[in-house]
Amino acid sequence: MLSKPEGPDRQFPSQPGSGAGSFVRREIWGPGVCGGPRTPGACVDQTGNMEELDGEPTLTLIPGVNSKKRQMCFDWGPGEMLVCETLFKKKEKEEKMLGCPFIYIVRKDIDVYSRILRKLFNESHGIFVGLQRIEEESTGKSRKAQLVRVSKNYRSVIRACMEEMHQVAIAAQDPVSGRQYSSQVSILSAMELIWNLCEILFIEVAPAGPLLLHLLDWVRLHVCEMDALSADVLGSENPNKHENFWNLATLFVLQGRLDEARQMLSKEADANPASASMCRVLGDLMRTMPILSPGNTQTLTELELKWQHWHEECERHLQDGTFASNPHLESLCKIMLGDDSALLEQKELLSNWYHFLVTRLLYSHPTVKPIELHFYAQSSLDLFLGGDSSPEPLDNILMAAFEFDIHQVIKECSIALSNWWFVAHLTDLLDHCKLLHSHNLYFGSNMREFLLLEYASGLFAHHSLWQLGVDYFDHCPELGRVYLELHIERIPLNTEQKALKILRICERRQMTEQVRSICKILAMKAVCNNRLGSALSWSIRAKDAAFATLVSDRFLKDYCERGSFSDLDLIDNLGAAMMLSDRLTFLGKYREFHRLYGEKRFADAASLLLSLMTSQIAPRSFWMTLLTDALPLLEQKQVIFSAEQTYELMQCLEDLTIGRTESRDLEGQRLQDDDIETTKVEMLRLALARNLARAIVKEGTLEGS
Amino acid sequence: MCLSSVALSRVSLLSQSGCWAGGRAGRKRRTQGLGARWSYGLSAMEEIFAKFVSQKISKTRWRPVPPGSLQPAETFVTGSWDNEENSVSLWCIGDFGNLSSDGGFEGDHQLLCDIKHHGDVMDLQFLDQERIVAASSTGCVTIFLHHPNNQTLSVSQEWVGAHYHIGPGSPSYRSAPCTGIVCNSPEIVTVGEDGRINLFRVDYKEAVRTIDNADSSTLHAVTFLRTPEILTVNSIGQLKIWDFRQQGNEPSQILSLTGDRVPLHCVDRHPNQQHVVATGGQDGMLSIWDVRQGSMPVSLLKAHEAEMWEVHFHPSNPDHLFTCSEDGSLWHWDASTEVPEKSSLFHQGGRNSTLLAHPSSNQLNVNQSLISSWLSTDPAKDRIEITSLLPNRTLSVNSLDVLGSCLLCGTDAEAIYVTRQLFS
Repeated sequence: MLSKPEGPDRQFPSQPGSGAGSFVRREIWGPGVCGGPRTPGACVDQTGNMEELDGEPTLTLIPGVNSKKRQMCFDWGPGEMLVCETLFKKKEKEEKMLGCPFIYIVRKDIDVYSRILRKLFNESHGIFVGLQRIEEESTGKSRKAQLVRVSKNYRSVIRACMEEMHQVAIAAQDPVSGRQYSSQVSILSAMELIWNLCEILFIEVAPAGPLLLHLLDWVRLHVCEMDALSADVLGSENPNKHENFWNLATLFVLQGRLDEARQMLSKEADANPASASMCRVLGDLMRTMPILSPGNTQTLTELELKWQHWHEECERHLQDGTFASNPHLESLCKIMLGDDSALLEQKELLSNWYHFLVTRLLYSHPTVKPIELHFYAQSSLDLFLGGDSSPEPLDNILMAAFEFDIHQVIKECSIALSNWWFVAHLTDLLDHCKLLHSHNLYFGSNMREFLLLEYASGLFAHHSLWQLGVDYFDHCPELGRVYLELHIERIPLNTEQKALKILRICERRQMTEQVRSICKILAMKAVCNNRLGSALSWSIRAKDAAFATLVSDRFLKDYCERGSFSDLDLIDNLGAAMMLSDRLTFLGKYREFHRLYGEKRFADAASLLLSLMTSQIAPRSFWMTLLTDALPLLEQKQVIFSAEQTYELMQCLEDLTIGRTESRDLEGQRLQDDDIETTKVEMLRLALARNLARAIVKEGTLEGS
Repeated sequence: MCLSSVALSRVSLLSQSGCWAGGRAGRKRRTQGLGARWSYGLSAMEEIFAKFVSQKISKTRWRPVPPGSLQPAETFVTGSWDNEENSVSLWCIGDFGNLSSDGGFEGDHQLLCDIKHHGDVMDLQFLDQERIVAASSTGCVTIFLHHPNNQTLSVSQEWVGAHYHIGPGSPSYRSAPCTGIVCNSPEIVTVGEDGRINLFRVDYKEAVRTIDNADSSTLHAVTFLRTPEILTVNSIGQLKIWDFRQQGNEPSQILSLTGDRVPLHCVDRHPNQQHVVATGGQDGMLSIWDVRQGSMPVSLLKAHEAEMWEVHFHPSNPDHLFTCSEDGSLWHWDASTEVPEKSSLFHQGGRNSTLLAHPSSNQLNVNQSLISSWLSTDPAKDRIEITSLLPNRTLSVNSLDVLGSCLLCGTDAEAIYVTRQLFS
């Protein structure tokens, strides 16, 4: 049901060597929704996440893995797990078995991969971020109103999602996927039901009186059969003859929609003059039922008095047998008296115990107080189920809500629902209502943070939704940063644009270590692609001196091989970034020397060249090249190097040759190279001597004149 | 804010009907009166429709309307990125001239057709009414053909490996993302992370012209300047002008931001004044350049807080300019105001005070003015009105396009926003 094998199509990225023959198969499991027989070995346990374990952890069997015959190994990843077969050699030789060619990726959160639920995640992300921005200072009514609005926004997103899922379920071609979508619809529907109740009880905190109105709205919103039935009956040619006429009338009464019920009664009165008077009496009772209207200023006591009076009038009519001749009307009257057995007769129409509860409250305890709710809820559940069946998870969750046990609600939801979205967002909202502050877990941080971390980790395991996860981590004060740091490093950098987005995330949060590592990866990639300019830009951005040196050396090597520079657009515009490493400075300055030379600014070029050597910026290995570069300057018609500069050049040459003779003694070979080298040195010496002579003459002449 | 109020009304609407199953087919978002609330009525964006599409949108483009047509734009194409399977999708605004029951304008967009795209969609351009050119992170450039009869897309031509890296030493080729394209039928120019510029012509198998190593860094975007000339921006803050009439690998001109080599991500040319160019950079700055003179921007405008992904002059109303950014904002720059009584330089919009724009002075800076265009240097007319068009900022707005009174943008939050009443 939950496993979705997708064929052997994906190679696991972190195992480049295994690409040739091995394949990866993907399975998906969801938290809390499990099945399969309990076999040891290749089973994954799914533990409850609260303080204590709630019974046995459920087991999920990974399809296709035969753990009885094979040895298995596994490894955890963020949100994923790898499972594969191993072949340990046993002492006694067994018959050779072919190994399983698959590596399984077992994923935790199935719902993240639903196309439609992606909309839920994306849209609610915006609401979540907005909620975190609500100022702490705002208190009292405005804050409550804000929080209620946020809650309604969340619900509206769930509903929108449910709508779409429903459309897809109807349109689905094959019954299997149709069923899957339908089950998603019912899960979403349950989520909204629970959320709505939590909104009424925990966020709205409606007092006695308005509480019942909210609960009525809640039931009306979630019992869907009504509209189809209403359209069917009232749209028919002759509603009174419709087989469901009385069912609809009863439903209207059960939901407290008495105006609509009265309209139906008047239709009945028109059609059956015999029962017209009875209908009028019942209609009057419906009209006169006292209800709390939002704009009304009457007190609860007044309402209770009026209601008591009305109730007695109803009772009198029933005892007088006013409706005795019409069982339909009589049963309606009984319902309006809040008679349990009359209500239970309508079990079919009520469809669930919480509808029963609300109708019961409407007609027998209209001013129920919040703290009394759990009592009525429990008795309604017991009466409704009547010992026939045991309560289901949804019933337990709603019951916990009626008991105002928030932690129990969240716990039950975590176990029952197939994703972390619901509990994470609901808990966060309730935390903003300041309802959870006393609760700390014995590990990690508090419950809100724990759930948000789980949810966001699920998002990060997704190839595309990871961007949403960032904001959730941001709002986890204790561990969010660490989670983000660990997750963000694992996002594959397919394109520079993606890398830039990730870098922006890191830079905004001053995650310097991650910024450096991402830039380094990009620089390394660029080097592998022979894109030295790119590599240099990335290492400058990472302020990575060592790597900048490495790239600069590559540039210089290329220059020595080709005699010209590449990527001049970058090197000419290094600016202050040149100071990042000595080698980079040298590269920039050396290029500047070439530019000056090209521009025929020989004097500037000469002094720059000399300073490169005297300041020790130039690496020794490069001195010979620099001295050779000085040759044409020495041979110019006019004197460029002054006598003093020439002495310095000579000094450099001598330093270099002394070093060289020593190393030559050690190696004692490479004769041909030596020949060229010796010729070069001889030429340099000659040129230097001649230049010195000319310089001395010139300087002497200048001073003399 | 506005979105949320709409969402609220949806709940109440549903609760009236009492049952979601009988709900309305499409989902519609109306964001009303944004601009009116934030600025002084100019370029008030009356309605924005948002649709969540379950894929991160990297590019959005309106289909050009046929010449002479007075119809507003109604078809657009989007490309996705970072999905396991990416696609190019064609959408149509489901507008049949009717008003919906609640008096609103039914402007929800519906998917017409889509086709798988190998790799992230890095850029998209309409070649003509039927043909769309897509750039891929795999280095491939594809022309998709739309068949209006049966509403399908098909691959009409493909240049696989248009952009690639050559590894050091060995002749191994690795694909490099193609980052930008510009079309002038039948010619297509592409640039990529490999610093290469390709000139393709439709129906020619090979590139007509290739400039290898045109740039030492990544080329981020390209646009036509004058017919044989193109302009590229790169990741070290340079604009380069290339003339295809010249042989060799050297640009005919280099313009650059001074100092920090801030990468430039987007470029657009003024539709009427071909020497005026706008670029957007990594620091969110908007730069206006006059390519005839100087090698530095005429003005630098402090704008977004993060990478500016796209900048577009309004094609027929070029005093208006639109930008979008990684910081999740979409801005409308209006340089057409000539109202003398408005003394403030810029109107603050929205809840975020960052909407203030400061013409930051660089060495060459001259105050930009607006009367004839973005270059004028008369400080008395130094006025740009900026309106933020999206209500709540979250994730990056990757792309925008504007045509007539229609504006379109796509985000990393997997939403497409459309408005058709830009200047109402």
